Amino acid sequence: MCAMPERKEAVLPLTGYDREALKFFYETMVKIRNFELTVEKYFFEGEIPGFVHLYIGEEAIATGVMANLRKSDYIQSTHRGHGHTIAKGADLKHMMAELFGKSTGCCKGKGGSMHIADFSVGMLGANGIVGGGFTMATGAALAQKMQKTDGVSVAFFGDGASNRGTFHEAANMAAVWKLPVIFLCENNQWASTTPYLTTTSVADIADRAQGYGMPGVIVDGNDVFAVYEAAKDLIDRARRGEGPCILECKTYRIKGHFVGDPEMYRTKKEVQQVLEETDPIPRFEKKVLDAGVMTREELDSIAARVNKELNEALEYARTSPEPEVSALFEGLYV
Amino acid sequence: MKTITFSQATLEAMQEEMRRDERVFVLGEDIVRQGGIFGQFKGLPDEFGSRIIDTPISETAIVGASVGAALAGMRPVADMHFADFVGVCFDEIYNQMAKIYYMFGGQKPVSMVLRAPDGLVNQAAAQHSQSVEAFFLHIPGLKVVIPSNPADAKGLLKSAIRDDNPVLYFEHKQLFPVKGEVPEGEHLVPIGKAKVVKEGKDVTLVSWSMTMNLAIKAAQTLEKEGISVELIDLRTVSPLDKETILSSVEKTSRLAIAHEAVKQGGVGAEISAIVAEEALDCLDAPIVRVGAPFTPVPFARSLEQAYRITPEKIAAGIRGMM
Ligand SMILES: Cc1ncc(C[n+]2csc(CCOP(=O)(O)OP(=O)(O)O)c2C)c(N)n1
Repeated sequence: MCAMPERKEAVLPLTGYDREALKFFYETMVKIRNFELTVEKYFFEGEIPGFVHLYIGEEAIATGVMANLRKSDYIQSTHRGHGHTIAKGADLKHMMAELFGKSTGCCKGKGGSMHIADFSVGMLGANGIVGGGFTMATGAALAQKMQKTDGVSVAFFGDGASNRGTFHEAANMAAVWKLPVIFLCENNQWASTTPYLTTTSVADIADRAQGYGMPGVIVDGNDVFAVYEAAKDLIDRARRGEGPCILECKTYRIKGHFVGDPEMYRTKKEVQQVLEETDPIPRFEKKVLDAGVMTREELDSIAARVNKELNEALEYARTSPEPEVSALFEGLYV
Repeated sequence: MKTITFSQATLEAMQEEMRRDERVFVLGEDIVRQGGIFGQFKGLPDEFGSRIIDTPISETAIVGASVGAALAGMRPVADMHFADFVGVCFDEIYNQMAKIYYMFGGQKPVSMVLRAPDGLVNQAAAQHSQSVEAFFLHIPGLKVVIPSNPADAKGLLKSAIRDDNPVLYFEHKQLFPVKGEVPEGEHLVPIGKAKVVKEGKDVTLVSWSMTMNLAIKAAQTLEKEGISVELIDLRTVSPLDKETILSSVEKTSRLAIAHEAVKQGGVGAEISAIVAEEALDCLDAPIVRVGAPFTPVPFARSLEQAYRITPEKIAAGIRGMM
């Protein structure tokens, strides 16, 4: 059943897409992009502290996957977690406040960018430990199975994280117990300063699916339609109780590894070229406009609405108070 | 003497030891292209080529493979990126690296160094800010060193690489850019020897790593108030240099310990217990420990500031003893 990974492209005609889905795609991708650009700006202005990793260029993945999820489904995110959090439906105000280290943040200012979570929408946490999410997503899926729901759990991970031992343990356990886990690889070619091929035994992480007896699928991660359709098949399959899978989305990290990364390991030209050729947002615009399923005015009004929401979130974050010192000792035990 | 940064001091140690001994090599993440996450390995790949190896994000294998290579005759120096990640390879450290020599009847030592940048920096929050030296104090078979300045950074790293035992080398992230005097030529600092940094007569203050620098400031403040502080830089957490501490306490009759790690179960607890067991009669006041509160490292600036040990907190602790 599990031969070489399948490479899939978007096949549904755009006219077959529900209008709400199209709006969700655009709104979510633009929201993530502009959120990240705002975060970058305020990091450089010294208002956002800590380590911050941006999701710019990878928006189509979180968007296409999350379009198939319910609020009650779970995701485990990574250090590069803002996009996942937004797409899963977290409130921008509380997210932004968390990044600013304010008491109104979704983690009360205790976590920050690398440790952001919003359990109210099934977002079980970003992670400062690369590869920390695989096993916990597997456990969440075990609970979903024991509770006899048809919920699924998605473990997002990078190409670099695929080399952690936790990947193997989680994949085997999920496969042998037929758990509803989607191992969702965002292969953005880089693990910090290291091109992934210099540290990874296979060019396609999805190849590894064979070794666990699960399907592996590869898609263009910068095409939201391709991600959506492939994720839909695999998520539906998991909901039916047919077990886990690996979905590998090929993409590229447009920004530095973290905000402030001097990026000595690649040229600006390389990055610019990839951006021009593959940026998921202009690609989406072109597709929907060419197919006549959305108009320029519609797109612009969605973007305007997003920017308004974002400005409100920013204002909220900047004017919120820092946590009181007494909060240091609150919330250690229940 | 010359003045160089802590980071350069560690680099010199690596260069000198790698030139001296061909068996020394480096395993870690982002070392070749970046020179290590804090630039502490910069230039090594140019000189030593294939002896500097970039690994996958596989801390378990980094330490496990280092142990194996050591058993097969090499002398690896492994880099942990952030000390917080030791959790990933804890078994390789405490069940393998630490025990193999003893458990197999002394057939082969595990001669390797595990370098681990630790401590608070830039509000990096719960999983990138910790000081974890106390975990390793509890593991027989390991040596644990933790320099506070460039000279010790160089001398201890060279000694660690030459030591036949497994050595954990904690280097505080805030110390990398700090400059200090380092002796010219061969410079080794013995493992297991604390250093009396300044003599004093009223109270013994033991500290290490970044916090040592805060302790020095606290001592200067107290000095102006007429309290004479004897400052001890522990430098090695295990084996712990009891003699230096005990003889100081016999002289000053008071003991304070300051460290950045969580106070509960910290290295300060062990030092306190040793003094209570062996020199209780000498003490004129209860022992004071200044350490972090019993919480994970919080992110928000206000909370991180409250969490942090400061010279003021150390000085206040000592005033209360007088
Ligand atoms: C266990 C662990 N090892 C190393 C790191 C340091 N680190 C943080 S992100 C990163 C690269 C991750 O690469 P990848 O998984 O491909 O994700 P990407 O950053 O490309 O999104 C590294 C090495 C870490 N945080 N945790």
